[in-house]
Amino acid sequence: MATTISFVLNGKQRSLRVDDPEIPLLWVLRENLGLTGTKYGCGMALCGACTVHVNGEAVRSCITQASQVAGKKVTTIEGLSGDGSHPVQKSWIAEEVPQCGYCQPGQIMSAAALLAKNRNPSDAEIEQAMAGHICTCGTYNRTRKAIHAAAAMMKKGA
Amino acid sequence: MRTAIHQGRRTFLKASAAAGGGLVIGFYLPGLQPIAEAAAGPTQLNAFVRIGTDGKVTFVCGQSEMGQGSHNGLAMMLAEELEVEFKDVRIEQGGIDPAFGNPRYIGFKAVGGFQATGGSSSIRNIGGNVRRAGAAARFMLTSAGAERMKVSHSECAAENGFVVHKPSGRKVSYGAIANDAATMVAPADPVLKQPSEFKIIGKATPRHDTPPKVRGTATFGLDVKRPGMLVATVAKCPVFGGKVKSFNADRALKVPGVRKVVQIGSGVAVVADGFWAAKKGRDALEVTWDEGPMAKVSSPGMYQSWAELAKGPTAAERLRTGDIGAALAGGAKRVQAAYEVPFLAHVCMEPMNATAHFKGDSIEIWAPTQAQSWNQHWVSQATGLPPKAITIHTTYLGGGFGRRLESDFVLDAVETSRAAGNVPVKVVWTREDDLQHDFYRPASYNVFEAALDANGMPTAWRHRIVGTSILQYFKTFGHFLRKDGMDPTSAQGAGDYFPYDIPNVLVDYVNNNPGVPSGFWRSVGNTQNGFLLESFVDELAHAAGKDPYQYRRQLFNKPHAARLRAVLDLAAEKAGWGKPLPSGVHRGIAAHFAYGSYCAEVAEVSVAKDGNVKVHRVVAAIDPGWIVNPDTVAAQVEGAIFYGLTAALYGEITVKNGRVEQSNFHDYKIARMGEMPKVEVHILQGKGEQGGAGEPGANPVAPAVCNAIFVATGKRIRKLPINPETLRS
Repeated sequence: MATTISFVLNGKQRSLRVDDPEIPLLWVLRENLGLTGTKYGCGMALCGACTVHVNGEAVRSCITQASQVAGKKVTTIEGLSGDGSHPVQKSWIAEEVPQCGYCQPGQIMSAAALLAKNRNPSDAEIEQAMAGHICTCGTYNRTRKAIHAAAAMMKKGA
Repeated sequence: MRTAIHQGRRTFLKASAAAGGGLVIGFYLPGLQPIAEAAAGPTQLNAFVRIGTDGKVTFVCGQSEMGQGSHNGLAMMLAEELEVEFKDVRIEQGGIDPAFGNPRYIGFKAVGGFQATGGSSSIRNIGGNVRRAGAAARFMLTSAGAERMKVSHSECAAENGFVVHKPSGRKVSYGAIANDAATMVAPADPVLKQPSEFKIIGKATPRHDTPPKVRGTATFGLDVKRPGMLVATVAKCPVFGGKVKSFNADRALKVPGVRKVVQIGSGVAVVADGFWAAKKGRDALEVTWDEGPMAKVSSPGMYQSWAELAKGPTAAERLRTGDIGAALAGGAKRVQAAYEVPFLAHVCMEPMNATAHFKGDSIEIWAPTQAQSWNQHWVSQATGLPPKAITIHTTYLGGGFGRRLESDFVLDAVETSRAAGNVPVKVVWTREDDLQHDFYRPASYNVFEAALDANGMPTAWRHRIVGTSILQYFKTFGHFLRKDGMDPTSAQGAGDYFPYDIPNVLVDYVNNNPGVPSGFWRSVGNTQNGFLLESFVDELAHAAGKDPYQYRRQLFNKPHAARLRAVLDLAAEKAGWGKPLPSGVHRGIAAHFAYGSYCAEVAEVSVAKDGNVKVHRVVAAIDPGWIVNPDTVAAQVEGAIFYGLTAALYGEITVKNGRVEQSNFHDYKIARMGEMPKVEVHILQGKGEQGGAGEPGANPVAPAVCNAIFVATGKRIRKLPINPETLRS
């Protein structure tokens, strides 16, 4: 039962046909659209590696059916800034957050969604917003620090 | 075009012209490639370093990058010797070649060579060759520069990518003379810089792989795309050791996008246009399994039989000194305890996967692997093709932790590609596959017995380990499994390095495994044995009524433990050992040596009324000898502490009827950001051989936390993971 889905992806209108209307957005992004920055980690919304923005909200693309984003705006790590200039990406580089790096695009998308709503989050608010993410390299302390640094950067208008 | 070959310490250093112009420096291994072939020309030169006519420097790294920072650290070592700015060095992942083998292990018996990344070995073992390559290039470039400027070589120096004639200040860029340098004879044993001359080594240096990782452009194994590539999932028998009896693919083949269903060594592969169709096809597939003998095995029975074996007369000795029987009988006080540690999964964030294209007479593989040589060997064994017909392209690894030293996921891809008709196939494991078909950290049951003298100091130490063997499964090193059953990897850290000054010691091991695959897990035997030793010695300190830090200090008094005592002192000092803490917060301390490095950690812990454990802060001190990138060392210790801590809090794989009971992150819990303690890392650079940084930090954290729990509650944790039920007050 093939179906056609249209949505705005990283600022551009996209339309594509999928065989299975239940296919998760994650696999459409990665395999149909070639955007592999969004990662598969668990398939059950337990680890956050697949996080993207749908209409500005951080969502887990592994349990979001592609058909559910029809008519919506989807942003992936590739579209967050295009060139790595989002304050969260800049602070991630400055704090040397990543180790293996696999979970980082998802973490960055959640951090960016948090800061879009809360310009000055506390540690507790950061921990709550990032509680859906797992990093087995153990980069959490640097992640928290980078989010504070990004908040400071955004305050200065960077 | 001349090619020069010289013998260095263990390898031949070799220089030649690059295909597109410029200088290439590589290595050559005696015995692994005939000299005549080398003399014939540079076409097969395995580059470490390329310097283009545009002056661009490329470092070709044979090591895998899984987050530990080896690519960056080795490139820093190259830039240091070559006298170029670090930011001007481009890092390229090398292919598979004997020349990338770990030179420390040349002549060491292992199948297929020794290009592998593990044992915290990249910087300390590969770094020497990288520095030699950089120093050789520097010598050749300054020679070529002196010739070009028609001045004396001795008046020239290398600076920032230029050869400078010191008296006149004239200079010529590396790029301009790269072709000339390629005609120079490589120095046999190039002069390395002295540490006092270092400009890059020892300074916190940003990692080149950070920007692509935050932009989402770094390519991991799962991100590989090949023309015409299909994607497969493999149905594997849920029971360890089980086999396919029969399968019916009719329903699977009706799933849109499913192309083929093929049987391979590890199960039945569903090959489709994409992952989702492959997974749905696998869900629809009907397989009848021959479950085999493991279907009768469950975890509780395993530990019960190990407890019996712990009393038995037969075991393989790891360490024996003095007269253990007499000493145990003659002490003023006797302390006994039994400990259990569970199987643990690796949980790399990137589930296992590999892409392969079987082409009949050759195979191309794209894989997030820690072990190029061993994969090439086992793929050769499985397919009958010669090793040189098997190419491996290494991607970034989304975590490794020892899991990716194995070849199972690579063989899945190779066999599926072949069975599906020689098409490129990416095999993707689900998280469930990843947790249920791992090679787990060995589980063990342990008994300890010690005798204390009138002053409370131990005169006898008796430790028996009963548990599963890694080498029984890791065939690459199978020959290291002793005939008496001793597995030096599973028993690692229990007696090979024994830090305590105790005159009578017996450590032995009973190898017993009904069939749960066991493997290398970050720090290997050290993680469980470090926990065991440093918990039991803490019991002795408390039995003696002595301060656990001072007790260890006294026991670490032999010369071989001097550096361990130094990190113990540093950790205690930085943690403020003995100083007051907030109400309800308690300290524990532990220290352990692993992979050439000494590490001590102090944990600050509170235990709530409901038994929940909160780790507030961990202060670590590590001595890896001299270091390259202090920020990477700190990051590795932070990460290792997390890895050891989440395992101590939650990690446990249990088996029921031969099947792993856990399946995803809901029942194999990993600590989240809010559970991460503050971590402080203090680095000592002691005199002696350089040690590793990736693994040693993982070992002291579990005992430090459990030792703090004892202070907080009076309850000794002798079974991991920590069970809050047992800590309720």
